[in-house]
Amino acid sequence: MYTLSSKLKLFSIILMVVGFLGLVYGFIAAPSTLDDVKEMLVHDDHGQVMETPVTGQLEDDETGFDYVPSEHELDTQRTDERDHIMAEDAELVHLEHVLHQLQNKPWAALYVAAFFFFMIALGAMAFYAVQYAAQAGWSPVLFRVMEGVTAYLLPGSIIMFILLALSGFHLNHLFVWMDPEVVAHDEIIQNKLSYLNVPFFLIRAAIYIAGWNLFRYLMRRNSLRQDEATDNRWFKKNFKLAAGFLVFFIVTESMMSWDWIMSLDPHWFSTLFGWYVFSSMFVSGITVIALVTIYLKSRDYLPFVNNSHIHDLAKFMFGISIFWAYLWFSQFMLIWYSNIPEEVTYFVSRIEDYNLLFFGMVALNFIFPLLLLMNSDFKRVNWVVVMTGIIILIGHYLDVYVMVMPATVGESWFIGISEISALAFFSGLFIFVVFSSLTKVPLLVKRNPFRKESEHYHY
Amino acid sequence: MASKVIQAIYTDDDLLLQAVKQVREARYRIGEIYTPFPVHGLDKAMGLAPTRLAITSFIYGIIGLLFSIVMMNYLMIEDWPMDIGGKPSFSFIQNMPAFVPIMFELTVFFAAHLMVFTFFMRSKLWPFKKAENPDVRTTDDRFLMEVDVANHSTEELTDFLFKTGASEIKLIDNK
Repeated sequence: MYTLSSKLKLFSIILMVVGFLGLVYGFIAAPSTLDDVKEMLVHDDHGQVMETPVTGQLEDDETGFDYVPSEHELDTQRTDERDHIMAEDAELVHLEHVLHQLQNKPWAALYVAAFFFFMIALGAMAFYAVQYAAQAGWSPVLFRVMEGVTAYLLPGSIIMFILLALSGFHLNHLFVWMDPEVVAHDEIIQNKLSYLNVPFFLIRAAIYIAGWNLFRYLMRRNSLRQDEATDNRWFKKNFKLAAGFLVFFIVTESMMSWDWIMSLDPHWFSTLFGWYVFSSMFVSGITVIALVTIYLKSRDYLPFVNNSHIHDLAKFMFGISIFWAYLWFSQFMLIWYSNIPEEVTYFVSRIEDYNLLFFGMVALNFIFPLLLLMNSDFKRVNWVVVMTGIIILIGHYLDVYVMVMPATVGESWFIGISEISALAFFSGLFIFVVFSSLTKVPLLVKRNPFRKESEHYHY
Repeated sequence: MASKVIQAIYTDDDLLLQAVKQVREARYRIGEIYTPFPVHGLDKAMGLAPTRLAITSFIYGIIGLLFSIVMMNYLMIEDWPMDIGGKPSFSFIQNMPAFVPIMFELTVFFAAHLMVFTFFMRSKLWPFKKAENPDVRTTDDRFLMEVDVANHSTEELTDFLFKTGASEIKLIDNK
């Protein structure tokens, strides 16, 4: 039996408290009036934020939701005065724009971190179900670890639902399509209203979350019952459940990615977005399983896990990282090549405003795992796997970050107190939930039919 | 080269693996093993040094990648810039996404083909080469182990090999 060390417990609680305080600070520090923004921008070192168009011609913002002032059509002969008024107007519009972005920022930071940790749990759940559905012989010794990681699914998905509901009740403006003011002037969103409306959106979210958690609950219960069983009944049940979950999962995960992420840019769409988000969550989930396994093993809790198991997890980390890069590139290249305005805006805003993050995260998520984990022997060296795992997790956090931020915060992004606090809060919560769940049952499945094979697994 | 070898034939790969371990434990020297299909774990059981083929493959892949970069830069940027879909044709880096599939394919192509050729060379396999196979049944369903007799007693070795489960034993005297 694993017992949660008081050090780890304290560490996770400190992370949560510090993160919570930082989040509260982030919300308080967000500007509430135009004057605040003006003051912030004056004191800001980033010169480019102050840039205001003086020509009077407001350029359409990347996100496409600029407050284009109609009163520009002033009927006057004096063009110099008109230009002046327009410039002042434009500055005001710009300030208002920045204000909205900065007000969104703590919410978006919270949303990114909440989604990131939720997605780890869901990815681990998918991996766990794959093991059952494939009747894998190598992995049953890791089942308890996987179940521990998926324990975060329930709190994580509930937090996600609360955040979505708060958006739905207009407490924040992460989703522009939820703003009736915007929709009234936007024909494209109007045409999508039958799908993109708040009640249906929340109902869908509730269905996904209920389904995933139900499958998780049943599979965990059956897995525990199998320990005490005299035949393989519960294993077979889990096999069927796993197959059912995977079907349910790939449909709902795809829709979830449209709803929760792609709809942040309601004009833009990509048909492989669901797969893209899936690969991201899958590799993050596997990485966390590997990290937790190595941590527990270093504390002598998993004597039955040998380096062949670590090798296999590292192979999955390597393979799915390449799969992710493949999807990233497939999405990027087609849109870049065809260069259709309605599609390419998505990448224009990312390349112009998020250049370093956008390409840096590809390096972190693809080139690092590719080179570090290519060697067969390295996949068995724990510290190499841990270092690569940390890089992969940072990379996928940034991946979610550049999926969410350009649509919500735009060019006013920076990784500040809100972002780091949100990350700290959710990592603390994640560690606490996962490791508390690991203490509840023995760390080895007792009567899994593949247990012997898994213990003797040797590659 | 005057050396005696004993060829022991086994009927099962598990039996063979077990026998290999016993033979090595008894400090006999295994010359070569012929099997109808790759037997998992045989290289480790025989104590063979790990293959360096993977490293050569990695190097070939990098050569392929560099080759494709130089090639596409020469073809599409320097020698004959082509405007395809309005993409910038005067800068390699700006046009790079269009070249990635080619870079990928040539990396794989070089790595795979040169690795196969390296494997052939290292295994001394080339066209019109005569088979070294001592017993044609090893291409069907038999496993053959060659053990050097050296200065051991032939009879002792034969008895030992029968005990490890060999179904047939032949003494070959190379003069």
